[in-house]
Amino acid sequence: MKRLNDEQTKIFFEKLTKYIGTNVKLLLDRPDGTYCFREMNRRVYYMSERILKLAENLSEEHLIAVGTCFGKFTKSNKFMLQITALNYLAPYAQYKVWIKSSAEQQYLYGNHINKAGLGRITENTPQHQGVIVLSMNDIPLGFGVTAKSTTDCKLADPLITVCFHQADIGEYLRSEDTLM
Amino acid sequence: MGRKVNFAEKPKKGPGKKAKKQPAPKFSKKLLGTEETVVDLKKLSHRQKQRFVKRSARKEKLLTANANAIAKKKLQHKQKIENKYESSEESEEAGSDDEQMESDEDIKQVEKSMKKGFKQVKTPVEESDESDDENQFESNDEDDSDVMPDNFDQAGDSESDSDEQEPSNKRKRDILADSDDESEQEQQGSDEQESDEESGDDSENDRKLPIEKASKKLKLQKEKDDKLAEDELQLNIADKEKFSLDEALDVDKALNLQDVQQRIKDVVAILMDFSANRDPTRSRAEYVDVLKKDLCTYYSYNDFLMMTLMDVFPVNELVEFLESSEVQRPLTIRTNSLKTRRRDLAQALINRGVNLDPVGKWSKVGLTIYSSQVPLGATPEYLAGHYIIQGASSMLPVMALAPQENERVLDMCAAPGGKSTHIAAIMKNTGVLFSNDVNKDRIHAIVGNFHRLGIINSVVTCVNGIEYKKFIGGFDRVLLDAPCSGSGVISKDPSVKTSKTQVDVQRCYNLQRKLIISAIDCLSAKSKSGGYLVYSTCSILPEENEWVVDYALKKRNVRLVPTGLDFGTEGFTSYREKRYHPSMKLTKRYYPHTHNMDGFFVAKLQKISDTIPENDTEDIDDEEQLENEEENQEGKKKRVDKRDWFHKDLEEMKKKPEDPVKKQNYVTNVFEKPLKTEKTKKTKKSKKNIQPQTETDPKTLVSTPKKDNNEKNSTPAANSNKKKQNQKNIQQENGSDTIASVPSAKKAKKNIHQQNGSPKAPVSTPIKDKNVKVVNGKNSSPATNSSKKKKFQKK
Repeated sequence: MKRLNDEQTKIFFEKLTKYIGTNVKLLLDRPDGTYCFREMNRRVYYMSERILKLAENLSEEHLIAVGTCFGKFTKSNKFMLQITALNYLAPYAQYKVWIKSSAEQQYLYGNHINKAGLGRITENTPQHQGVIVLSMNDIPLGFGVTAKSTTDCKLADPLITVCFHQADIGEYLRSEDTLM
Repeated sequence: MGRKVNFAEKPKKGPGKKAKKQPAPKFSKKLLGTEETVVDLKKLSHRQKQRFVKRSARKEKLLTANANAIAKKKLQHKQKIENKYESSEESEEAGSDDEQMESDEDIKQVEKSMKKGFKQVKTPVEESDESDDENQFESNDEDDSDVMPDNFDQAGDSESDSDEQEPSNKRKRDILADSDDESEQEQQGSDEQESDEESGDDSENDRKLPIEKASKKLKLQKEKDDKLAEDELQLNIADKEKFSLDEALDVDKALNLQDVQQRIKDVVAILMDFSANRDPTRSRAEYVDVLKKDLCTYYSYNDFLMMTLMDVFPVNELVEFLESSEVQRPLTIRTNSLKTRRRDLAQALINRGVNLDPVGKWSKVGLTIYSSQVPLGATPEYLAGHYIIQGASSMLPVMALAPQENERVLDMCAAPGGKSTHIAAIMKNTGVLFSNDVNKDRIHAIVGNFHRLGIINSVVTCVNGIEYKKFIGGFDRVLLDAPCSGSGVISKDPSVKTSKTQVDVQRCYNLQRKLIISAIDCLSAKSKSGGYLVYSTCSILPEENEWVVDYALKKRNVRLVPTGLDFGTEGFTSYREKRYHPSMKLTKRYYPHTHNMDGFFVAKLQKISDTIPENDTEDIDDEEQLENEEENQEGKKKRVDKRDWFHKDLEEMKKKPEDPVKKQNYVTNVFEKPLKTEKTKKTKKSKKNIQPQTETDPKTLVSTPKKDNNEKNSTPAANSNKKKQNQKNIQQENGSDTIASVPSAKKAKKNIHQQNGSPKAPVSTPIKDKNVKVVNGKNSSPATNSSKKKKFQKK
């Protein structure tokens, strides 16, 4: 369990702000106690300080996970957000995409969202913006990056990809072993 | 953008499946008793009836030969007497056959006049003599004939019709007549006679006397017949019972599964009320033996498991248990109260075509799934963490644990995380939850489930639960869902039926004992809200449940408290020769056949104080435990008394650092799979390696205290040794009978004592003795151990 060094912190928060913008602050300043990010085996975990203190009794070889895993640093030292971070991304997200129930299945199998499957989209979403994908019942399904801005979407062909897939909750089944 | 979807709740279409009206219950014939056979006959078609009658008659023929013979004589005698009162024509005729025909005539006349079909009129007397085949018909028709006397007056009026009916009757009779030549001839003869007598009938009928006579006759005959029928029936019943008994105990005979099943039923019925139903020549053990073999073949269990199950359950319950272990339990899911409510989830799933219901009053989060059009493990709701698939029984230990908010809780054997997530959900993501499992591969499932269900207060660890105290302690509550033999979840994993042996179970409960002690050590008795341990297994064997809890009660300062679950059967306070703590009643057991959930055991313990009782230091633990086991098994208390001459030696032995080789051997004996023959060679080698050392050691050590040893050997032995030797001999015999895998240090010790204190030991070679003695438990034990092992392997 290590603190993130400066470089890692910078990379990590840059990535995070792509999805939740300035709400990153809310993750750190919480009314219910101090929360912090820790790195372990190149993965970043988010946990309460109380839990951290207890967890530090165990060495890294015995610890598997603490709190919530946000993602991992790749070998090329970039940060990859994982689906496990969705719990925190979804409520703070600035830009959201809703998909129709008919396209839900496709998305949960790891496909991009095309115009035909798009149900709703936040106004003024720019291109290449990190977005949270929700079902029409407001269940968060995953996150991705927009391929077209909102205005472009209105004019786009039904088969054209609107949002690139990055992670979806289907991964809990598809890649249970590699997720952790 | 896009169409707007109507998210309003869809109204229900018509009554649900549960509202369907059930058909009236059907009962088997056996349940309804013998009276129903008559009713059943009526439902059969005519041909079927005939065939049935023939069949039954053929059986009865043999059985009732004697009874019939007696009845015949009586009948004939009576008929003779009656015939004397009848008209002279008839009395003139001689021969029993003829007489009967005459009597028939009377009856026939009457009945013709009653305009009844010949079929009904066909009389019992004729039949009983001529053909037994028709016996059943009689009994049926006789019921109708009760009504006859009332109709007699009318019959008299309509006499004139009788002539017209005659021919048709004749025809019917011809058709009905059996292929037996005799009967045909007789009937023909009787027909001729009838036609002759027709003229005289009118005059007789005026007086109405013969009719009355005939009716009397009918009644009499009916009574007799009833009696006969009853006798036959009783004969049949008695015969059948004997038959089943012999059959039941003739083990080699049964071939197909149906026979076996039938025999199981029979034997169970006998065992249920043994004194009433038993065959006095057979003992209960024989019956039980047959039953065990049958159950093993029918349900394909191995002998050991069936034996233990028979010990756990009474016979009738055993069959129910085995039967329900063949059937899958209903699929249940648990709502994740962190993300949704049960009502919302149920609605969402119903919209996906899932047929479900709340699991019961006892749970607010469980749902039973009856049928589903979609795979429940892959719906968007599942992936979003709104529910988790979990057996109903798995919710019980968590409910018993009743974790509070802001507590520190440990789940010692957590994978795959069903119960852990439940705990976290009840704690509402506050406090800290430590989830531990030894198996790294299974831990991925815990992490995945935690993230899917949105649990953020968890620490997932991969530590051997036995040494968890080394890392962290002071928990408010601990859940120990110990690894077990799985005898309660046979429906999930049928391989348990054949794979589990005595050694497996023993390995399980040894591990469980260590875990439960470790779990108690992790608890903090000072905790304001807790200090509770919930111990649960998915096994129903008392060895893995009550015995383990009992062990914990002895070893640590804990007490049993009510689980807080309002259903389930009480735990055993006694099982076979073992007696557990009386508070074991507070534990709960769940069975598939009574509660329709997996077999389960839940016990809740509260830690009273953190101090560990002095006499139970960790090091001696295991040895003593095994000693205790042996003592229990042999039913004798054998404690080392301070007065015993070898007490000092034992003390020394305990103080000495343990020989690693010995420890290994000991461990392999108990916790590893039985060694194969190749390994025995290795142990032999190791033994050889060790022995030279042992010989060298004592020389250096022993050089000074020689005299002391001699004295010890000679003086106190005289009194105590004889007794002890006897005991030891017995125990050795016993030991070979008792489970092979409990060799342990104790036996080794015994051997050593024997060697040391044996009066037979030649005085001329005291040094050898001493060698052994000083070497004692430490160095010589590997040898003895390995010899034991060899014995065990031979078995």
